[in-house]
Amino acid sequence: MYSGLIREFEDLLGPSSVLYRPEDLLLYEYDGSIEKGRPNVVVFPTTTEHVSRIVKLSAEHHFPIVGRGAGTGLSGGALARTGGVMLVFARMNRIFELDVENQRATVQPGVVNYELTRAAEAHGLYFAPDPSSWKSCTIGGNVAENAGGPHTLAYGVTTNHVTALEVVLPDGEVLRVGSTHGDAPGYDLTGLFVGSEGTLALVTEITVKLSRKPEAVKTLLAIFESVDDAADTVVDITARAITPAACEMLDGWTLRAVEDYIHAGFPTDSAAVLLIEVEGLAETVAAQAAAITEVCHAHRAREVRLARDNAERNLLWKGRKNAFGALGRLAPSNYVLDGVIPRSKLPQALRRIRQIGDQYGFQIGNIFHAGDGNLHPIVLFDPRDKKQFERALQAAAEIIRHCVEIGGALTGEHGVGMEKSELMPLLFSDADFALMRRVHDAFNPDSSLNPGKIFPLSKGCGEIRVRHSSSSRLRVD
Amino acid sequence: MPRSAVPGQTLVYEDYARCIHCGLCLNACPTYRLWNLEADSPRGRIHQMIQVELNQQPITDSFVDHIDKCLDCRACETACPSGVEYGKLVEHARARIERDYSRSWLATVTRNFVFRHLLPEPHRLIDFAYVIRLYQRSGLQAIARGIGILKLLGLAERERLLPRIDDNFFFGRLGSTFSAAGPRRARVAFFAGCVANVTFSQLNEATVRVLTANGCEVVVPKEQFCCGALAAHAGVRDAARDLTRKNLTAFLCEDFDAIITNSAGCGSTLKEYDHLFSPDEPEHAQARAFAGKTRDVTEFLAAFGLTAKMKPLPIRVTYQDSCHLLHGQKIREAPRALLHAIPNLDFVELPYSEICCGSAGIYNVTQTETSLELLAEKMHHVKSTGAQTIVTANPGCLLQLRAGASIHRSNQEVLHVVELLDRAIVSA
Repeated sequence: MYSGLIREFEDLLGPSSVLYRPEDLLLYEYDGSIEKGRPNVVVFPTTTEHVSRIVKLSAEHHFPIVGRGAGTGLSGGALARTGGVMLVFARMNRIFELDVENQRATVQPGVVNYELTRAAEAHGLYFAPDPSSWKSCTIGGNVAENAGGPHTLAYGVTTNHVTALEVVLPDGEVLRVGSTHGDAPGYDLTGLFVGSEGTLALVTEITVKLSRKPEAVKTLLAIFESVDDAADTVVDITARAITPAACEMLDGWTLRAVEDYIHAGFPTDSAAVLLIEVEGLAETVAAQAAAITEVCHAHRAREVRLARDNAERNLLWKGRKNAFGALGRLAPSNYVLDGVIPRSKLPQALRRIRQIGDQYGFQIGNIFHAGDGNLHPIVLFDPRDKKQFERALQAAAEIIRHCVEIGGALTGEHGVGMEKSELMPLLFSDADFALMRRVHDAFNPDSSLNPGKIFPLSKGCGEIRVRHSSSSRLRVD
Repeated sequence: MPRSAVPGQTLVYEDYARCIHCGLCLNACPTYRLWNLEADSPRGRIHQMIQVELNQQPITDSFVDHIDKCLDCRACETACPSGVEYGKLVEHARARIERDYSRSWLATVTRNFVFRHLLPEPHRLIDFAYVIRLYQRSGLQAIARGIGILKLLGLAERERLLPRIDDNFFFGRLGSTFSAAGPRRARVAFFAGCVANVTFSQLNEATVRVLTANGCEVVVPKEQFCCGALAAHAGVRDAARDLTRKNLTAFLCEDFDAIITNSAGCGSTLKEYDHLFSPDEPEHAQARAFAGKTRDVTEFLAAFGLTAKMKPLPIRVTYQDSCHLLHGQKIREAPRALLHAIPNLDFVELPYSEICCGSAGIYNVTQTETSLELLAEKMHHVKSTGAQTIVTANPGCLLQLRAGASIHRSNQEVLHVVELLDRAIVSA
């Protein structure tokens, strides 16, 4: 039933930009999450005009469309939940303009986050959002999921760095929203599209702010004998009106796995470490580092180390950014959660996570953006053990439920995607959904863009749907 | 998981499951960077291997194509947070292809000749070199290029990558011992390579000179053979295993302080000789001992310390990381440290030096078009450095970059790190 459409796509893009054989489609059914969803055809546009034409053709044939960047997402946002056409932006990877004086860049959505920073670096600039996948993930994906990263604490998430967008609506119409400089008058449509997970429009061009590299950076590693002390320290640092550029926590179990692999210099006999970074003018940075060290000691920090040079600093960050993978070495598969809590409830939330782990029989690792209360508990499991996999999902749902109960949210930066759609009723009422649905329908009335995301498929309020089949991609005969 | 009968290697579920499909490898992969296709990314290739190995899907033309297109540069291993041993996986996939898939008649005959009869046999290599040298020196080359016959045969691109054959082969040096200049600080064995003996004799001579000038007595064992890397990378494991056995005998007869190679590609395989044998085979322990002694020449010298006096070399150089040194052996600092040790050398980092130049063993012959695309990108960055000399650490990269300098008319000299050291060393 796709053969007619495939021919039209091939006429438009050339045969090397259209995939439809089963062996090729199989490679687009996964992303960085544990979800799965296979498209029927995958296309690689290079221009906005292509995207508009693809959207129109798909609409004529009534096929849904899902956009995808590098496929590094952690919530299944870029998976074809209901099949259809997958539009991969990876070849739309041109940096159109790098305006150094005004600190702006205009890029296609397939530009890799790291490549933008690399291009800007020569001018003392960089793109601030820095998710762990920054070396591969695309700016378009960052926009769709409103990605964060360790430096979110001081600099905000992707939406704080996007000033204008070009988008393609489900009928193929091309629109521009926002303005390169200053605040666009009227509704903040840019803000509406950022984080809409490809359910309102497809983004084809992005204007972002570039940040200036700070004059001075200091990176501290504070070592604690108890998780509670580390958590209390985070609460206290922010209570004293110090805003570090980043404030990350790794618990003892996690840092041992990381150290074993990365050799970042994490002390393996400690219960938790905080990785704290302060940036700014040299004088301020020195004062802040001193104040933070004092707070750490007040909460019984065993030691507070200061990275001596860039090499040491990079190594500490390498340990942090590769932590999930390092834990991944301990089990065939892992599930990285994303939940938010009020910062002040950190010690309590970590205790509850430990309890949930004990209850379901998992050692749960904690690596997270402590400064803004964005937790990333990680559950290790073996997908060959179906029962264990279901227990992992239940434990995960329980943790997210706890985050919401204590006044937090069910995602901080990974997005809702497929992963969390069924958990959304924990946070939102029917009236909330009705309002969101009206916004959704104003742009995407037929749900032709990224269907099956954000909104729960089931009607039940607060009921957590537990999947009965293993959705991990490894099948064992 | 079924045991696939690949000689000396059994992979298990966990070897594949370690990949958590996070995609952090994508942008590190040269072929993904070129085409942005999942099928030509490390994550996508592993997923295809899983279909074949764990889910027992047949080996299709498409599978072979994507596995063939992999450079085996192992940049994905550097990027991988989970420690996936991609090199091991891709060599296994290639061994499966070798065993279970029929290539075209021509490909089968050529591969069989190169891996089983040419590289392992010095006398054939020498004969072959004579023929090419005759072609290069007799004027035949000029004629062939002039009348366009190469273009007609579709060989024009490949012919440009042909190495220049040496006037004097290094084969004559096998069996020699070179004494240290000044007090002897170490006694090392030199691994001379195979093709290098007829195309990189000067590099080998320079390596011996630099080692002896810095206090090493250098033994070049007579009965040494090709390391088997090219065969192993191509999945021809039986040939690689045969060569390994011969080299184990040649180099383990004496307790050398180190076994030294100037080829990152060879070194990476020599350091993984034990991967070619299963732990229950008698060669396994010997292979481990061999691997434990192997050092890249830059790694060895940086740790050993340079004692020879060097004169200033006031030129601007840039360094292209050899993939099998950086990603295969995780050696980044040693070659840079050696370059920094040369007085007055103006060293500038090469942007994207961690990305393959497209040489990749025989990749530039088997996948010429892709190889030249990568080379064009590489030369673009090289030109941006304004360097007069490009330095690297592997014969294959030297060939490729020399071809690049000529094709892209960059007028840059291409040298191995030890060749530059050799120039700087003031002979006593």
